[in-house]
Amino acid sequence: MSIKIVAKTGNEAMAEAMRQINPDVVAAYPITPATEIVQLFSNYVSDGKVDTEFIAVESEHSAMSACVGAATTGARVMTSTSSQGIALMHEILYIASGLRLPIMICGVNRALSAPISIHCDHSDTMGSRDAGWIQILSEDAQEAYDLTIFAMKAAEKVLLPAMVTSDGFIISHAMSRLDMYEDKKVQDYLGEKKPAYTSLDVDNPITIGPLVVQDYFMEIKRGQIQAIIDAKKQLPILLEEFNKTMNKNYKVIEEYNMEDAEYAIVALGSTAGTAKYITDKLRQEGKKVGVVKPLVFRPFYGEDLVKMLENLKGIAILDRSDPQSAMGGPLFTEITSAFYGHEKQPAARNYIYGLGGRDISYDDIKDIFKDIAEYFEKGKKEEAVKYITIRE
Amino acid sequence: MSKKTWKEIDIASIINKPGSAKDFKTGDWRSQKPVWNEDKCKQCLICWVYCPDSAITVKDEKMTGINFDYCKGCGICAVECPFKAITMVEEKK
Ligand code: SF4
Ligand code: SF4
Repeated sequence: MSIKIVAKTGNEAMAEAMRQINPDVVAAYPITPATEIVQLFSNYVSDGKVDTEFIAVESEHSAMSACVGAATTGARVMTSTSSQGIALMHEILYIASGLRLPIMICGVNRALSAPISIHCDHSDTMGSRDAGWIQILSEDAQEAYDLTIFAMKAAEKVLLPAMVTSDGFIISHAMSRLDMYEDKKVQDYLGEKKPAYTSLDVDNPITIGPLVVQDYFMEIKRGQIQAIIDAKKQLPILLEEFNKTMNKNYKVIEEYNMEDAEYAIVALGSTAGTAKYITDKLRQEGKKVGVVKPLVFRPFYGEDLVKMLENLKGIAILDRSDPQSAMGGPLFTEITSAFYGHEKQPAARNYIYGLGGRDISYDDIKDIFKDIAEYFEKGKKEEAVKYITIRE
Repeated sequence: MSKKTWKEIDIASIINKPGSAKDFKTGDWRSQKPVWNEDKCKQCLICWVYCPDSAITVKDEKMTGINFDYCKGCGICAVECPFKAITMVEEKK
């Protein structure tokens, strides 16, 4: 297989993936830090490099609405957005998943206002975590590229929409090495799309999105829930197929330095990369530390995480968003729920960090490993949720 | 008609059968009921044009009555009839 090695930012990498996917329809409205994805893609459209019908809309609410309309015809549909854009799409996200439309968002994670910030945290897509979408967070530009291609196919297989995101500026605007596949390879991998239904078959007219009252709503929702439960079983198989085709080694949950680990950081996105680097350093000092990175956040692989983490002394769970008076960040509450009633209960502490793009440094990661060891040794006496990378 | 379980429902609650709204009797939430006085009726069919539920029944271009499976009792026909041939009364069930 021939690979082209190039230097690309996360946004460029995602735009290239979109070009190679060559979707039928893209409806998008640009927003920092995802603007470039839309801008580059619209260039591909004007330059005739893709066959896509590009719909320039007046808002993200309209973007997702146009995507839904296009997807009901059976078209392959993509968009790109960030932060307030995801929030404005929120209403339509539920319609896309409820209608089982495999629309794809190439997202860039950015804080939600107020105060206004253009920098990274995960509050935007975490705010949509109950919308019935597959959610994948990438660690670097390579993952943003690979997982965009993977998620398009996976979405079409399980008939659910998917969002792949990268960390705003940290990935979206940072240039790094990118291994690109040939266009044909991507097309062959994606194959022919088989929509569940189409609104364009005049001989077999259908009604999409009818009003449903008390006598059927719950049954219909239960069917949708089953789709994402089934997707949880199918995604690892589909990821294995991607690995084989593209010569990669992705897992829905990645384990790094975990063989005999006593302490681990669980983190999403780019921070997992920083943590991996630090565990390599700490391993040289004889510290038994590792990293667990959920690549897929929805569906949530709680049972698998319990298996990976149950024998540790302490788990440091990092959240780049805060649900405002829940029992911790989204990753923490999900993992601790998964551990409820389990016989083994490692110490678990939640570190809320990096809101609005606040940097998390090597030293911060080292401090977390120090803190979680102390938390375990002192018998979990302090509060479980701790705010770091902040002036106290 | 027995109701389907969640496992029997088509994907995304798509309705594959055109015109199936006819199977859904909408006439059971009426609180007022139109009464047609055939003697006053001049067969202008204005009620048929206005009825939002196609509940005015017509045969050979003549009004024949009201289909109470679908009439919601909105009273539009009674208001629009130029000859006061339709009056609204309280529905007694
Ligand atoms: S509008 Fe009145 S007069 Fe005309 S057809 Fe209907 S009931 Fe008869
Ligand atoms: S009351 Fe309303 S629904 Fe019933 S026949 Fe008259 S116009 Fe139609």
